[in-house]
Amino acid sequence: MEDLYLHDFKKDYLEEPIRKGFGRGLLKAGQINSSVVACCADLTDSTQMSLFADNFPDRFFEIGVAEQNLVTVGSGLAAGGKIPFVSSYAAFSPGRNYEQIRTTISLNNRPVKIVGSHSGISVGPDGATHQMLEDITLMRVLPNMVVLAPGDSIEAEKCTIAMASDNRPNYMRLAREATGIFTTTKTPFEIGKAYVYEKGNDVTVVSTGSMTFQALLAVDLLYKDGIDVEVIHVPTIKPLDGQTILKSLAKTGAVVTVEEGQINGGLGGAVAELIGENLPVPLFRVGVKDRFGESGEPNQLLEHFGLDAEHIRLSVHHIMERKNHGNKS
Amino acid sequence: MKPLSYSRLEVIADDIRQDIIKMLEHAGSGHSAGPLGEVEIYVALYFVIMKHDPEKIDWPERDILIQSNGHCVPVRYATMAHAGYFDRSELMTLRKFGSRLQGHPERLRLPALESTSGPLGSGLSQAAGLGLALRLDNQTHRYIYVVMGDGELDEGNVWEAAMLIPKYNLHNVVAIIDRNNIQIDGLTENVMPLEDLKLKWQSFGWHVIEVDGNNLESVVDTLTMAKAITDKPVAIIAYTIPGKGVDFMENDYHWHGVPPNHEQAKLALKELRSLKGKITGEHN
Repeated sequence: MEDLYLHDFKKDYLEEPIRKGFGRGLLKAGQINSSVVACCADLTDSTQMSLFADNFPDRFFEIGVAEQNLVTVGSGLAAGGKIPFVSSYAAFSPGRNYEQIRTTISLNNRPVKIVGSHSGISVGPDGATHQMLEDITLMRVLPNMVVLAPGDSIEAEKCTIAMASDNRPNYMRLAREATGIFTTTKTPFEIGKAYVYEKGNDVTVVSTGSMTFQALLAVDLLYKDGIDVEVIHVPTIKPLDGQTILKSLAKTGAVVTVEEGQINGGLGGAVAELIGENLPVPLFRVGVKDRFGESGEPNQLLEHFGLDAEHIRLSVHHIMERKNHGNKS
Repeated sequence: MKPLSYSRLEVIADDIRQDIIKMLEHAGSGHSAGPLGEVEIYVALYFVIMKHDPEKIDWPERDILIQSNGHCVPVRYATMAHAGYFDRSELMTLRKFGSRLQGHPERLRLPALESTSGPLGSGLSQAAGLGLALRLDNQTHRYIYVVMGDGELDEGNVWEAAMLIPKYNLHNVVAIIDRNNIQIDGLTENVMPLEDLKLKWQSFGWHVIEVDGNNLESVVDTLTMAKAITDKPVAIIAYTIPGKGVDFMENDYHWHGVPPNHEQAKLALKELRSLKGKITGEHN
């Protein structure tokens, strides 16, 4: 596990949209298992399903702009023994078709692989309607559902391949913009596990999706400030790897969660539930604070909504204060 | 299963109606009108049309029935009991704690239901997915039947599926629409006009057949014909009488979502046992 830690990514890191890794992973999953099929709701290129569609035209189904149909057709395909990946933008799936997911996939326990692309504020110029911030929250409360948010394109590829051999309903969120790559093909990934990416003693930063990249950038800033941060990357939000998180908190005694979504009910909510019942320590949630997004350039929006490395740094300082001087500060 | 005569099947249909009344009275809640109106459809499917085996519910050659209007599940439970899926005594557990016979169909508790339903409009899409899966596996000789209510057709999800199925010509999907003209808030044409229903489905690319849904022989003939049509998927508009067989329930939308009380159940059973006064005998 030791070699999992950072590999100088800060100096010459590459960027690629996470969804590209999904496209490659789906193609590989399709090559590994002929039961893998795919459906899309008129966003085949955009969600990167085109690679699969071009290679397996008989196993790809264009559903049209019909997200309710998308997931229920997926349920039927799963009933017929297939492993269906169904993709659209997260704002529409699971945004529009939540009841169909709840009844025909979650309650019905069909192993449909729901892929919501273009999640988060970094969707950018399209604005609030398309910046899905509530998907983690929505999907996390569904029984039987596994919720995944890989951190970069390399991890998304592994995650997609792992989903194809997981027999539960899965939701995976993807992002539109190119984001920093901080894992390698050798970095371990397993559904249900969280990973310590940076060891530290003062504060634990628990982050998911591409926000782990921002958290890792913040590590350097904080090191200069004299704060030793532990970073845990959480690509599986449900089931949450509570053991790894609690073990770290027993050492650091304070936690900052970071996600590109609503802080209510998302990863921050999940960690609040975990520590509230097991190990109450000071918590600060970095995320979108009960409001909607707006148009703008991705980096501009990350800064405006307080989701960049600098804001993570300030949040860690804040939690250090609380840890050292109690909640009054 | 050896073929049964129509006179025998008519008796089974009447027994199923009586069971529905008893189940609903015992449960103290549930839907009366729709299940009573759909008895002939379910008898035709389970006793004549579908390939299925109550002893082997995951038989790979079986046809599949998806009940999209899950609130009508009492008719399915009662028919399944008569077809040998479980003992009729279990019918009285409908809607009770711990029962496999949930208020709306739940596949995980009773796998022979094939799917979980209740929230309307999603059955046809699931049939589409199954149809695509069967086609990939060269299994198009297996049929997928979907029973939908007419009020259910208000749901947009239905029409999304109605577009998709002809696109892929999934001709082994047979949609059966229970056209009983009522829904919770009243007559369908007042709540949300559906007509011209035949023309709507035809324009979406379906071969449409209309049938008297309470005439068992006609229903069987229509479902048999549907199997022979392969250039298009088939939608059957089955005109049924909601509350069929019980005078005070027939065609009254107030019976959509309520069960009979004890006195009403007694009256209903008396009527059903005597086939509306046609028979007089020991039960009277």
